Amino acid sequence: MTRINLTVDGSKVSDDVEPRMLLVQYLREKLGKTGTVIGCDTSNCGACTVHLDGTSVKSCNVLAVQADGSEVTTIEGLAKDGELHQVQKSFRECHGLQCGFCTPGMIMQSVDLLKENPDPTEQEIRVGLEGNLCRCTGYHNIVKSVQHAAAQGGAQ
Amino acid sequence: MIPAPFDYLAPTTVEEALAALGQHGDDAKILAGGQSLLPVLRMRLNAPEVVIDLGKIDSLRGIRDDGDALVIGAMTQHSVVEHDALVAEHTTLISKAVEHLADHQIRHRGTFGGALAHADPAGDLGAPALALEAQFVIAGPGGTRTVAADDFFVDLFETAIGEDEILTEIRVPKHTGWGATYEKFVRVAHQWPIVAVAATVRVEGGTIAEARVGLTNMGSTPLRARAVEAALVGQPATEDAVRAAAAHAAEGTNPPSDLNGEAAYRSHLATVLVRRAVLSAAGSS
Repeated sequence: MTRINLTVDGSKVSDDVEPRMLLVQYLREKLGKTGTVIGCDTSNCGACTVHLDGTSVKSCNVLAVQADGSEVTTIEGLAKDGELHQVQKSFRECHGLQCGFCTPGMIMQSVDLLKENPDPTEQEIRVGLEGNLCRCTGYHNIVKSVQHAAAQGGAQ
Repeated sequence: MIPAPFDYLAPTTVEEALAALGQHGDDAKILAGGQSLLPVLRMRLNAPEVVIDLGKIDSLRGIRDDGDALVIGAMTQHSVVEHDALVAEHTTLISKAVEHLADHQIRHRGTFGGALAHADPAGDLGAPALALEAQFVIAGPGGTRTVAADDFFVDLFETAIGEDEILTEIRVPKHTGWGATYEKFVRVAHQWPIVAVAATVRVEGGTIAEARVGLTNMGSTPLRARAVEAALVGQPATEDAVRAAAAHAAEGTNPPSDLNGEAAYRSHLATVLVRRAVLSAAGSS
């Protein structure tokens, strides 16, 4: 077992974990943060995307021990004081989902994308989300949601 | 899918990492960014007893100007290389290749040296490293040594890095003012390239003065298309001249046949992509 200390969604946490434990397992099984989902388990689909020290990563492709000393933000930590993040609001407004399974990862990657590029073109949005798959193929409204969020100043 | 159990070491210096590697030898595996290694461990294609994580060794990160070359630390993340102004100016070919490597999330974690040391023949960095005649600085128990790109890639997933050694940095000679294009052929987003071509050229008064061309996934290692390079030098940067030179693209290659394409298809693809890449590189120089 290895001791890790990190901050998850604003709270300090400390645990002894097996080195082989994936960050996504740690978030879901140890901390109960099941908002972050496991989609493909092969690092392709992006459903498990979280922010590690401010940039997006696939949490099925990071060991929990590698996150020692870091700050993690999951989909559950995006809303502030009960108010949804603008990207969350826009996904609801534009119905940027069908079954909803890819949504946590899509939203986390969209937040990262808008931070890098607050006013992306449609093509830049599609390229920015290329590491996130929607098995319902609902990309049309996902792209619209990101455009909506950008127009509302969603980069914050 | 979770990896088989392993012991985890996180040294903070290269010396500590080398000592750990010396102690555990064959049973140990080096973890850089983990974007290739973790899928391998999860699928249990490999089950090392010890994983040595280089993530806490700060000296392995960063990009510096060293006169006639840029020095890229092995643990520098792809996203840092992608947005680096020095890389864009002096080794443009690397910027072009990294820009479309995997996807955003992978580029935030994956490292420049890790990808090269992994030596997947479909990886996007080997062909640019060959074309730019990069040098690989490798640390071992007896000190450091430097290996030329031509000697670095040995076979499928095999490099000149010894079992008791660690890749620490990559020196890339400056090619300031050279045009560059990485032409990657995929069927779907963030797929490994079926074939890709890394081309960089120096054009003087409409004539190609120097040319370097690297091939991705045309054999068990990345390859230099030397016949193309020789045929390009002294030619005008025109469609006809470049097309004639590009006809040599598959010479000396041994492309794989798989679900994405037969070897003959890849050979044809190489000639098309070399033509596109060289014309685009010549137009941007």
